[in-house]
Amino acid sequence: MEFKFFYHFGNFLLMLKGMFSRPENMKMYWKQFMQQCVDIGVGSFGIVFIISLFMGGVTTLQTAYQLVSPIIPKSTIAQVVRDTIILEFAPTLTCIVLAGVVGSKIASELGNMRISEQIDALEIMGINTKGYLIAPKIMAAVLMIPVLVAIAGFLGVWGGKEAGVLSGIISSEQFMQGLRQEFKAYNVFFAMAKSYTFGFIIASVSAYYGYNVNGGALEIGKASTTAVVVSCVLILFMDYALTAILL
Amino acid sequence: MIELQDIRKSFGEKEILKGVSTIMEPGKVNLIIGASGSGKTVMMKCIVGLMGVDNGKILYDKQDFTAMDEKEKKVIRQEIGMLFQGSALFDSMTVEQNVMFPLEMFGKGSLKEKKSRVAECLERVQLKEAAKKFPAEISGGMKKRVGIARAIVLNPKYLFCDEPNSGLDPQTSLLIDKLITELTQEYNITTVINTHDMNTVMESGDHIVYMYQGQKQWEGSNKEIVFSKDQKLNDFIFASEFLREAKEMRQLELFKDGKWREQLKKEQDGK
Repeated sequence: MEFKFFYHFGNFLLMLKGMFSRPENMKMYWKQFMQQCVDIGVGSFGIVFIISLFMGGVTTLQTAYQLVSPIIPKSTIAQVVRDTIILEFAPTLTCIVLAGVVGSKIASELGNMRISEQIDALEIMGINTKGYLIAPKIMAAVLMIPVLVAIAGFLGVWGGKEAGVLSGIISSEQFMQGLRQEFKAYNVFFAMAKSYTFGFIIASVSAYYGYNVNGGALEIGKASTTAVVVSCVLILFMDYALTAILL
Repeated sequence: MIELQDIRKSFGEKEILKGVSTIMEPGKVNLIIGASGSGKTVMMKCIVGLMGVDNGKILYDKQDFTAMDEKEKKVIRQEIGMLFQGSALFDSMTVEQNVMFPLEMFGKGSLKEKKSRVAECLERVQLKEAAKKFPAEISGGMKKRVGIARAIVLNPKYLFCDEPNSGLDPQTSLLIDKLITELTQEYNITTVINTHDMNTVMESGDHIVYMYQGQKQWEGSNKEIVFSKDQKLNDFIFASEFLREAKEMRQLELFKDGKWREQLKKEQDGK
């Protein structure tokens, strides 16, 4: 497969530039933005709920399994679970999953609109399709994905506590005590910084591949897969870069 | 009126349009016909601005569309209605919402007035009963009619139809042709149709442009076409024995009209 990095990067920047124009009708753009917020936020809540709970539970069990020394207090388990979830699992793992859920939806929706000439129909009406179709998706993702990450953080910690208590590893009091020990608010800021970045990556990369689909149904599938793969790679790359810069 | 002046378009080395010039007049059904790969779809995409041209001018009522910036093009585009080959209806919207969409985006007036305009357009295409249905729930012919209703809802000056009869049965096809012709005359629209359908050519073609390998090979009306001696055009239009017989019958019919008798005489003298 030909690797055309600069071609795609240039086109991607042109797509972003093309989004900025005066909306033809602000009310319609707002309606589209709200629709996307519902699709991305409410639509992905179920999967975020499930993975966060299990992610927290598994983290507690595995941390307890490794901390076998009698000199380490049990509240340390909660501390490790808290920091692991806030720093890495809630933003990164949730966004990797969302790249699959939200990213493939955006790419296939735009790809289908391109193939069935719906985008051409909008263009002929005199609508800036990049502004009307892509910008609300990116804005909604940048707004809703951090919200989902915050929810994932809370649910993850709660799931961890419940798993620890139910399996008899740690008491509820010990867990709550551990959660408060050496808590750094900066970690939450770091998690939010990552989730804003990942939200932008998921929506913009998927929109780029979906908007530029050329061909038929097969190409929609290919674009959707490429969008998810590229989003995941970029998320992991930016995860490392942000960690190196901000921590 | 839409005027094309020496339109040229290439994709890489391949020249698709090789200097096409013609005039599409208002109140007339203008047809672009030609074999697959003759450049008619590219020509239509160039006219509506979905593709840029390499050379030449496209004039919408004397205004040079090719020299306009995006803002100016937007103004012209709001006067264009287009019916796509696959109808291009928005899947997530009902029939009524599809027709309402251009009005919501650009239309002025109250919601009541907009709803009344939508109802009027749906009534015009005889689809009032399907207003609450989604595109997936209606037939191909109905989708085309919804596409027409959406195209005319803003009272366009120019109507473009990309293969409006493709995938339709002959009866529905006739209905669509009749509807487009009536709307063209009723609102004095400049209608441009890209078609393969010979019935459309013979029944609706007020002005026909025959494209052959990226060039305008022949131009005339549906009456003139039956007298044309252009071999390439005749091979394309009257491809079967049945169509050749139909052509002779039409010639005979027109021959009874004095004006066309002279035309035929001229053609024969030319031969």
